[in-house]
Parts: sequence; C-alpha cells; structure tokens
Amino acid sequence: MSSQPILSFQKVHAYYGEKHTVKGVSFDVQANEVVAIIGPSGCGKSTLLRCANRLHEEDPTARVEGSILLNGVDIFQNHADPVVVRQKVGMVFQKPTAFSGLSIWENVVAGRLLKGEKKAGLKEKAEHALKQASLWEEVKDKLNAPGLSLSGGQQQRLCIARALAVNPTAILMDEPTSALDPISAARIEELISELQKIITIVIVTHNLQQAARISDKTAFMNFGELIEFNSTSKLFTNPESKLTESYITGHFG
Amino acid sequence: MKKVFDLFFKKHKASEVRKSDFAFVFFLRCLAVLVILIFASLIYYLWDGSSAILKHSGWGFFLGREWDPNSDQFGALPFIYGTLLTSVVALVIAAPIAISAAILLTEIAVQKIAKPFGFLIEMLAAIPSVVYGLWGIFVLAPFVRDYIQPFLGKYFSFLPFFKGPPFGIGIFTAGLILAIMILPTITAVCREVFLAIPTSLREGVLALGSTRWEMIKTAVVEAGFSGILAAIALGFGRAMGETMAVTMLIGNRPDISLSLFSPGATMASVIANESPEATSNLHVSSLAAIGFALFLVSLGVSGLARLITKITKRRFAK
Ligand SMILES: Nc1ncnc2c1ncn2[C@@H]1O[C@H](COP(=O)(O)OP(=O)(O)OP(=O)(O)O)[C@@H](O)[C@H]1O
Ligand SMILES: [Mg+2]
Repeated sequence: MSSQPILSFQKVHAYYGEKHTVKGVSFDVQANEVVAIIGPSGCGKSTLLRCANRLHEEDPTARVEGSILLNGVDIFQNHADPVVVRQKVGMVFQKPTAFSGLSIWENVVAGRLLKGEKKAGLKEKAEHALKQASLWEEVKDKLNAPGLSLSGGQQQRLCIARALAVNPTAILMDEPTSALDPISAARIEELISELQKIITIVIVTHNLQQAARISDKTAFMNFGELIEFNSTSKLFTNPESKLTESYITGHFG
Repeated sequence: MKKVFDLFFKKHKASEVRKSDFAFVFFLRCLAVLVILIFASLIYYLWDGSSAILKHSGWGFFLGREWDPNSDQFGALPFIYGTLLTSVVALVIAAPIAISAAILLTEIAVQKIAKPFGFLIEMLAAIPSVVYGLWGIFVLAPFVRDYIQPFLGKYFSFLPFFKGPPFGIGIFTAGLILAIMILPTITAVCREVFLAIPTSLREGVLALGSTRWEMIKTAVVEAGFSGILAAIALGFGRAMGETMAVTMLIGNRPDISLSLFSPGATMASVIANESPEATSNLHVSSLAAIGFALFLVSLGVSGLARLITKITKRRFAK
C-alpha cells in the first residue's frame, strides 16, 4: 500500500567543516503528507531541511553524505542541478522576506521574473498562487502596493504564494510561524492543512502543539540523530523512545 | 552639526564624567576646537583669496576658456573640464572592474583565494601617489603610447575621443592611473555594501530556483544598487582631488580638446604646478578660486556618497 515516497531521506549526514550536525537520518515523506521535525535547539533540524533543497551546500564549509530521493531520483546525483531541485522543492523561511522594490503581485511571481519571463503573462499565475495561499481576498485591491507594506503574517503567506508559484512538488518550512503573532500563526496552520491537498510539506517547528495539530507524521531529532519517526498521534501519545517521551512531556535534559 | 557640537561642548553633568576622565574630555574639546579653527581658517583663506579674481571677472571666471598668466588671462574652464574628463575616464575603467572584483570577493571566490586577492587590491591603496606618477611616466605612458593608443586610434578613430597623435602623456594616461588609484576605494565600499546584504535575501532568491548569476543580479547588484552608486561617487571624489600622479602624467596644458590623447590639466594639477611661482595678485587669486571650487565640489560629492550610504543602510536595517 505504501507507494513511492515523494521525499526519501536515506542515511543523510551533514557537516559544517569538521562539525557533524546531521548523523545518518532516514525517513520517508509520502505524497500529500505534512511531516513535522521537532527537537531541541541546535539539533540539526534546519540543516536537515536545507539539505533537501540543496541550500546547505551554499555554505562554503558545508558537506553532505547519503542521499535524498525526490520521486525516486537522488537529488545529489552527479548531474542533478541544484537549481532544478530548488524549483521542485520550495522553501519558506522563519523570517518572512518580501523582496523590497517588488509589488505584491511581482513578489508572488518573483521566481519566474528571475528567469526573465515577461510580466505581462504572469498576472493570472499570481492570482492563482495568491488564492492558494488564501491571501487573495486581502490583497486583490492593492496588487501593485509594495510587498513590504503587508503585515508579517501576510508577508509569510506571500512567501508561501511565491513558493507555490514555481509549481514545486514539496515545500519545506523552517519555523514559518515563530516570528508571527498567534492569530497570524493560526492562519498559517489553517493554510498548511488546506495546502496539504495539493502539495507535500515538511515543517520544522519548536511548537509541539503545532506539530501535533497539523502534521501526519513527526520526526524527533536530538544531537543530529533521528530518535523517532512515527505517526504524529503515536509519537505524542505513546512514543517508542524514552527520550521522545521526556522531550514531549517537557522533562528534557 | 548641532549633535557634534553638543557632544563636545554641552556641559556634562558631574555624574556623567568621572574625575579621571576630565583630562581626556578636556583634551578632546581642545582637539575639536582646533579642527574647527583649521576648517574655518581654510574656508576664510579660500574665500578671501578668491575675492580678487571674482571681483575682476565675476562668475564668468569659471566659464573662461583662456588661461594665460603672462597676459593676465584667467579662465578656469580648461581645468574644470580636465578634472571632469580624467575622473570620468577613471570611473569608466575602474567601476566595472571594482564591482566585479567585489562580487568575486563576496559571492564567488573560495575564501582561500578571496583573502589574498582582497589584500592585493587593498595594497594598491597603500602605494604613494608620487610612486604611481613615476611608474606612470616611465612604464605606463610609454606602454600607452606604443600599444594602447595606436590600437584605439586604429579601430575607434571614428569617435572624437581617440583622435590625434599618440603622446603617451595626456588625459587618457592620467585617467588610467586614476583608475588604478580609485580601484581599491570602489572595491572596498562595494564589498561592504554586498556584505551588508542579509544572507536571508540571497537564500530567499536561491530557494526560488534561480541560478547563481540570477541571484547575484537581483539579490546583490540590484539590492545593493544605491550602495554601488555611493561607492562610485566616493571614487569620483577621490579622482577629482588626486594631484601628484595626475600632474606628472597629464601634460599640463590648459586646452579643451575632445581627444583623450591630447595633454590637458586639472584643477588640482594647475594649483600644484603654478602656485609656487605665481606672483601676480590675480594669478594667486585665480588659483585660490579654483581651489575653492574643487573643495566645494569634493565636499558635495562625498556628502552625496554619505547620504546614499545612509539611506541604503537604513533600508537594510528594516
Ligand atoms: N553556517 C554554520 N556554520 C557552522 N555551524 C553551523 C552553521 N549553521 C548551523 N551550525 C551548527 O549546526 C548545528 C545544527 O544547526 P541547525 O541550525 O540545523 O539547528 P536547529 O535544530 O535548526 O536549531 P534551531 O532550533 O535553534 O533552529 C548547530 O550546532 C549549529 O551551531
Ligand atoms: Mg533552525
């Protein structure tokens, strides 16, 4: 019954220079799943996430071993182009970053503008992505206003729309709500559950309730190692590992 | 200005200044007074010195095309023209190289290569102007005369800039030496600007599936554009004021010619050349007026550069 996973982490090791920050992590992400990665600060969650769209390698000291399969194909393969990988695996960061100098709708299609596509044909694409990111109603009357004029929560949804506009297979989110107020955060959570119908999502979060609310499966990491990977309900109610239990009950360390 | 004044001269509360710091504060205040006095005296001298020629020919002095001290002809236009032209030549050559070098340093080069490369460029700034002048006279000028000017003359002589016999010495060579001298300034400022651009912007652009060059074009060059302008303005300011090497290489003839191959003179070079032997009242006054103009324009350009930098920094801070 388990079909081919969208993303398959296979013995992934990541380094910053000599520093071994991700130590042999393996798990699968199926289509239309939301997978949460939790764990204490500095345990390598962001690093692991950044391996999956090859952003990790942008650091001059960085190195990756093992493989990550995207629809069965290793993204680190000899001839795999990081640019193509990043078009298929989008990313949303902790701090919303609307591009200055671009209007709201230009921000949404920034990925295409970068590729030199003409603005003229892109308005519909922007509308579609804004609707997917449930931002359309709020901005439809001011599409030409600067992207930076939006609130933090709106900018984060703008970033999600921007990622969606590239038509990725999966989206990685690194603590997408931790810079936002509770109401904006709740809206993003709703949006994630909505987006799940059309896309696969891997999300890093420090908010355990959030992980429990929105994810189907959860990965718990500690000191670079994957301690437990399980369905979210199992991991939060009846974890297999003692370590997981002490982490989710707050008795960690 | 008021802020600076307050900083030095406002009465500090006793609690603000510890006893042991009094000597230091006193020293700083004296220093501040000294700087202000020098500045005031400089402006007074330039203003007072210029007054004779400005009374004689009015503001038309700056538009006069004739400069012949022997027959009391004083027009400053050839020098203004020479200063602008050499500086523009220097910028046209130096700016693209400096911007590329800064991109190379911050975005591309492996640290192992970037560090020594950056050091080499900084070293260019440490070479004294007169040494550049010497090298210019004995190495660069002959090279330009024998190779570069014949080449430009052969293939680009349809442009008015590259006409005339190749002398080596002249506007072009002066501009070239200026380009080398302002290269470190522009590179260093651009590098600062690029380093100030947050990594999150670069990563945000890369994460959308852009290539390295597309990222550099948008997240570095376009985002840092006003900073690049500031760097260029700063380089322009330096080029305008640079004296020694230019005086040695430009030929020192107060002509206005479109051809970059012909000799010329700049505001700085005519002051350096003629003030030691200027005797007539008008001649001395004319040189002071040229100095005043150079001072004001340099001040303006560096002020502009500062303003742009400030605005840029504020934008990134958000
Ligand atoms: N650019 C870098 N160079 C060197 N070491 C780094 C770099 N980025 C992260 N690290 C180190 O790698 C380890 C893992 O970092 P990572 O950012 O993946 O942790 P994290 O789980 O995302 O933490 P947080 O929850 O605080 O975001 C940490 O010890 C961190 O100090
Ligand atoms: Mg992190």
